[in-house]
This record gives sequence, C-alpha cells and structure tokens, in this order.
Amino acid sequence: MADGKPTTFTLSCPVPRVADDRIVLAHGGGGRLTHQLIEKIFLPAFSNAALDQRHDGAVLSLAGVTPGSRLAFTTDSFVVRPLIFPGGNIGDLAVNGTVNDLAMCGARPLYLSAGFILEEGLEIETLRIVVASMREAAVKAGVQLVTGDTKVVDKGKGDGIFINTSGIGIVESKTDLISGFERARLEPRRQEPGKTGALAPEGSGVPHACPEPAERVSPLLRDVGMRPPPIGPASVQPGDAVIISGDLGRHGIAILSVREGLEFESPILSDCANLWPAIEALLNAGIEVHCLRDLTRGGLATTLNEIAGDRNVCIKLEEALIPVDEVVQGACEILGLDPLYVANEGRFAAFVPEAQAAAALDVLKKVEVSQGSVRVGKVEETPGRTVVLQSRIGGNRVVDMLSGEQLPRIC
Amino acid sequence: MCLAVPGRVVEIIDTKDIAFRCAKVDFGGVRKEINLAYTPEAEVGKYVLVHVGFAISVIDEAEAQRVFEYLKQIDGLQEELGEIPQ
Amino acid sequence: MKFLSEYRDRKAAEQVAQAIRAKVTRPWTIMEICGGQTHTIVKSGLEDLLPREITLVHGPGCPVCVTPIELIDKAVAIAQRPEVIFCSFGDMLRVPGSLKSLFDVKAEGADVRIVYSPLDALKLAKTNPERQVVFFAVGFETTAPANAMAAWQAGHDGVENFSLLVSHVLVPPAMEALLSSSNCVVQGFLAAGHVCTIMGYEEYIPIAAHYKVPIVVTGFEPLDLLEGILMTVTQLEEGRYEVENQYSRAVRREGNRPAQQRMAEVFEVSPRQWRGLGEIPASGFQLRGRFQKYDANLRFAFSGEPARESPECIAGLILQGIKKPHDCPAFAVKCTPENPLGAPMVSSEGACAAYYHYGRRQTHDVHSELPSPASR
Repeated sequence: MADGKPTTFTLSCPVPRVADDRIVLAHGGGGRLTHQLIEKIFLPAFSNAALDQRHDGAVLSLAGVTPGSRLAFTTDSFVVRPLIFPGGNIGDLAVNGTVNDLAMCGARPLYLSAGFILEEGLEIETLRIVVASMREAAVKAGVQLVTGDTKVVDKGKGDGIFINTSGIGIVESKTDLISGFERARLEPRRQEPGKTGALAPEGSGVPHACPEPAERVSPLLRDVGMRPPPIGPASVQPGDAVIISGDLGRHGIAILSVREGLEFESPILSDCANLWPAIEALLNAGIEVHCLRDLTRGGLATTLNEIAGDRNVCIKLEEALIPVDEVVQGACEILGLDPLYVANEGRFAAFVPEAQAAAALDVLKKVEVSQGSVRVGKVEETPGRTVVLQSRIGGNRVVDMLSGEQLPRIC
Repeated sequence: MCLAVPGRVVEIIDTKDIAFRCAKVDFGGVRKEINLAYTPEAEVGKYVLVHVGFAISVIDEAEAQRVFEYLKQIDGLQEELGEIPQ
Repeated sequence: MKFLSEYRDRKAAEQVAQAIRAKVTRPWTIMEICGGQTHTIVKSGLEDLLPREITLVHGPGCPVCVTPIELIDKAVAIAQRPEVIFCSFGDMLRVPGSLKSLFDVKAEGADVRIVYSPLDALKLAKTNPERQVVFFAVGFETTAPANAMAAWQAGHDGVENFSLLVSHVLVPPAMEALLSSSNCVVQGFLAAGHVCTIMGYEEYIPIAAHYKVPIVVTGFEPLDLLEGILMTVTQLEEGRYEVENQYSRAVRREGNRPAQQRMAEVFEVSPRQWRGLGEIPASGFQLRGRFQKYDANLRFAFSGEPARESPECIAGLILQGIKKPHDCPAFAVKCTPENPLGAPMVSSEGACAAYYHYGRRQTHDVHSELPSPASR
C-alpha cells in the first residue's frame, strides 16, 4: 500500500455460525437459521392447522359463527422489563393482554398473531421459556396462534424481546325486535362529534376498534323485545355502579420488586390472567353490562379518568372499598407510589346499572379470575370529566390523570 | 423530603463498625435492608421509622397509644354527658 | 400496616375533628411546614373535616421547590457529561431549570438514575469505578444524616469517584424568615415531624416565645395532622404560645443524637438561596473539612449561562402562604404538571401540584361542588 499500512479486509464470514444458545442476526434473515428457529421453537409450541401450513398468512373458517355476529380485532405491543417477573413473563403477558382487550369488547377471543423482535445476543433458553408460557396461556384461553413473524435487531437496539400480538374475536349476536321509541331511549348520552374512546363507532379509525358492540339481550329487556345498550364508554350512565374484579397493584409491584430488589415474606406475583371467563359469565347471565375496561398501564385511576372524560360524567369512588393487598400496600408505601396508578394485568372494571350490581357481583365471584370482585363506586352527573375519591377519613379529593409515569417519591 | 415509613425489625446484621450495622426490616410483608447506624437501641421485634434506607427513630409504642387513649376518654365522656351539641 | 393504618381510622378522625369544631370560636390561620404533610392533607381531603374558621396554608416545606434554579442547571450540566452517572430521588427529576430538567436530559441520553437511598448511589460508585457518580443531596434535616453517612462511608472505604451535589435546607431559619415578614398571616405552626425526629424541638422554643406563635411538632398521617391542629387551636384559643409534641411516638425533645453527631462531622451550616424566597443566612448545609473533596460543586467546573426564572411564576408568594395556587394567573392554564413554570407545580409536595392534582382548578373549585362530609 502506498502509505505502508497493511490492507485489512472486513468481509463478514459467509458461513453462518450456528449459534445454538444465543440469537444472532441471521435468525432474522429469513434463511436457514430463521427456519431452524421456527421449526425448533415456535411450531412445536403453537402447532395448529393454520400455523402448520407455514404460509404467509392464515386462512380461517367462519363455520359455526352465528349470522349477524361481528368481528372484534385488536393489537398490542409488549415491551416489559424485566422479561421474566414473579408470576409471569412477557409471553403470557402478550397473550393475556390481547385476549383481554377482546374480552373488553364483549368478544370471545379466537385467534392471535405474534410478531417477535428479538435482540441479538438474547439467550435462546429465554425465548423457549417465553414461548412455552405463551403456549400455556393460549391453551388456557382457548385461542390459537395462527400466524407470526420474527425479526432480529442489533445488540443494543432492543430490550431482549419485543412482542406484538394482534387478536380476532367474535361478538355473538342474538338479534331481537326493538321499537323506535326504545331505540331512542337507549341512544348514547350526549355523544359529542368526533369524540373517540377505545370503543369508537365503526370507521373512526381508532386502533382498538371493536367495530360493533355486543348485542346480547338481557332477560330484563328480552321480555319487552329491546336491544341492550352497546358495551362501551358510550353506554355509561349516571346511576351506574362501578365494580372492579379484584385487588389492585399486583402486576406493577411484581415488576418493580425485581427492578428495585425488594424481598417479600411471600412474593407478590403478577395478576396476569385471561379475563374472558368472567366476561362470558356476565354476558351469559344476562347482566346489562354498560362498559368494561381492563386496568393496565396507569392503573384504575387512569382508566376511570378516560371514561369520565369521554362521557363527561363524574365517577365517585370510596377509598375504604378499594381492595389493596397488605403487602402490595407496604411496597407502595416504601416506594412512594399510589396503588390507584399501579398497573394490573388481570383486573377489569365493569359499569352496570345500580339495580344489577348485586347480581353482577354474584356472578363474578363464582369465576376464579374475578372472585375478588367488589363494588367501589358509582357514576353521577357532576362534576363532569372528574373522578372523585372519598378518602378513608371521609374527606374528598379529585383523582387526576397522571402526567407521565408515576415517579417514586421520598418526600 | 420526609416520607418515613414504620417497619418491624426482623433480623439484625451486626458489624464491628456501627456505621455499617444493618437490619432486615419488614413493612407489612415487604422486606428491605435498612441501615441502623442512627438507632443503636433498635432490637428485633421493635418498630423503627425508616427514611431513605436509614432507621431514624425507634417507635415508642406507649406514646403511639396515647392518642387512642385520649379518644377513648372523650368517647367515655360523651357517653356520660350525652352528645355535645354542634 | 402497624403504626400507619390506625392513624387513618375514620371514626378516630371524626372524633378529633369534632373536638376541633367544639374548640374553635374564631378564625385561625395555621401553616404546615412539611411537604409530606401537605400531601396527606390534600390526599385525604382533610380540610373537608375542618370547621370553616380554620385556614390551612402550606409553607415552604418542599426542599424540591426551594432548591435554587442555579443548582438545577448545575445538576443538568453535570448529568450531561458522558462519564457521569447522576443519581437522584424521583422528586427532583421533573423540576424545571432555566432550560431543561433532569428528566429532559435523561430522555436525551444522559445517565440519570432514580435511587431510594444515597447508599445506593455509593454502591453504584463502587461497581462502576471508571464512571463519576454524583448524588443530588436535596432535603431538609431529615435526609441530612443519610447523606452524611454516604459521604462518611465513601471516606472510610476510599471511594474517589463519588460526590454529592448538596442542597440541604434547614427549617427554623425559614420559619423565622416567614414570621419576621410583614406579610405574615400565620398564627400557628405544625412543625415538620420527621425533621424534629432528627433535630429535636428545642430550637423552636425561642421562636415560639419571640414571635408568640404556638408550634406543635406533628406527624404525617391524617390522625396526626388532626391532633396537631387540635393542639394548635387549643393553644390559640387559650392565648398560649408554646412548643408541644404531637408526634411523641417518634420525636424526642433532644432528637436523634447519633444522627446529629454524624451530621456535625460531615456538614457545616451555611447561607442558602431558597428559590422564590431569596437568600436566608445560616439556612443550609455544605460539606466541611475532609469531606469537601466530595463536593460536586467544587469537583465539576460550571460555565453555564446565568439562571433565568419564569417571570410569571409566583412561587415565592405561594411558599410563604401569602397566595394560594389558584391566585396565580398561570395556574392550570399556562403552568401545568406537564409544562411547569416553577418548582411548586412539579414536586409532589409542591402546593401548586397538590392543588392541581387534587382538584382545585382555576375555573372552578371542584370541592365546592361536593357535599361536605361534616355538614355544619
């Protein structure tokens, strides 16, 4: 070379190193290693007629679906750290999270897709654990994983594993006669143009769209040939009771316990679970469900604020009625967190007419995932767009939306 | 900057230097390792007030009851004299 | 939880509230000094249980709020250095400096970490010998013993890559500054219980005598605050101005001696800037003697621009209890937790943040629409 320096070639070796304990970039390349990953890890776990086709997409039969039923469709991405936490991991979180979003629409969950973004260097054993959890959660929920995708990013560009799951469910229909007068009576309250909630009307382009609400007929209404109001924030009325399906804060604390190195006498496990059995029970019992929402990021406070804001109502809570496990409370005290804002992955809120609250609780308590159900408050007209809490000592305060993530306080 | 939480001393890890004396403290079922340098009188079974990883006081259980004794007294008085009209 | 739950009992709270109502014959203005107490008052809706005659004002009890803006700018500049791991309590992260907050630079890639104890920061220094670990030592006297121990242990273990950016503030000088102001509306004080756990309450005796104000050392649970208010009101109605100790389960008259000794070894009293109040002599701590080498202020040169406060922020008047947050034209309009103009909107104890989050907006006081639990 003219300048006396030796030439160095930097060609990457054309023969892929067969790494059997860690993910390498080639696993996402579409070639031999990708196939190995699919054959060795994904297919054995999720094998079903659609997936075994190994095709670009899954073609699914609609046989057995009642005419007039509607499709529910949802998507979610999961980026939790640590990947594995007490009570679960990113895998069952992904399956249950998407199954629950469908359940909140009143839809029976049927099929899932899963897109994986893996980080170079991830231990394959970790992936095996995650996939095994997904399989178990899917079997429990009665859903099939019918299509998927894998990509690999450079080391440092991902948190080990990112998963996107999309889900399809069926909102079963049982149509009945309905008079014009009654239809008007059941129209959503003061629907503002352009307002979108998580359950927006068809065609509004909201990511989580459950295109048409559930059309189950409650025994109360069937007798007079009426269609019940659709399940969604739009149906929330002053006079509704607010029920939550169990105690708060387990998932968030389980995650934090790993990050902060907390020790427990008996460990707090994430409440990650499939909620459909509880919803199915409510619908089968003919309870007139106005709205369902799972209490994930931001906790109960955030969810209720969204609904109060969407519907311009006041949601009044009683602190003394809100269940928080003593150990979760202890962790919140020393971390300086408010349990109302801590994430849950196996809890939902239900809005039902006050007159049906007792019946709803009866039904829910018989289902394992909602056995801790309790009525915690009610919906009123004013002050609008506000969630108010009556504290344990009897004073009132507004429960606001969080601005950003809840930061622990020592002050 | 004053969030301090009461917890029960479960196990003490004594070292030669008081500055490094630590304990496992239980907060309603959650356990954390806490520095006891400033509460040399702390023992297993006692409650300490913990702030940013340090025990800053041992809770005086007799004093803790005081306000409830006082309330019981008022309650007793009210029963004797009848409700105080507002 | 023991020693917590009992102090949140509804019946007991009602009883003490009733005793307060029975005592009061005319209006009184009482200030609670500590942000933690403000937090409890607002969170439990305590004021709903009090008779209309009692006005609670919230004092400068938020070390986060009163940390001078120059120090925030310094913290931000230090955090942006690639070799630095900057450790802080969560409370400090969103406080706005002249341009940015620690949260902003964290989002831009600075290594800013939330810790629960200064010893966590020291541990980081030991496990990352090639980095400089800086801990933002903010707080009242309550936190000073912990920070002193971190510096002392660093010295003992020969840890060189560790330093403290100190912003400690002392309560009694601030109280005196408030009381000597001609604007002072405060007639009685609830002294900060955890500060007194460390320092005792002897230093408040001359203050009570000189300014003729009752001072009651008060805890942090709803029942503590109600009892503290009852004791203060009783003194006011009887024309007494003494120091009393409501928080006797944690506070002794002489305070915590071992903690005071360690603090005296590591820190010395110094003048301090209080954001919104100006400089108060002998109102802060700085590292002394052989611990000066752990002073991040000296270790890192700072050549930033001069600090600029928002001209609209009336934090000073809020911290003195002269104005309430909804008196500020910017409150909940231009100044929100997402876009704070000053520290009291950011800190979880700041009066403005407390009012905003717990429902006292400019346009309407949500509380006025709610039925009061103790209808009088």
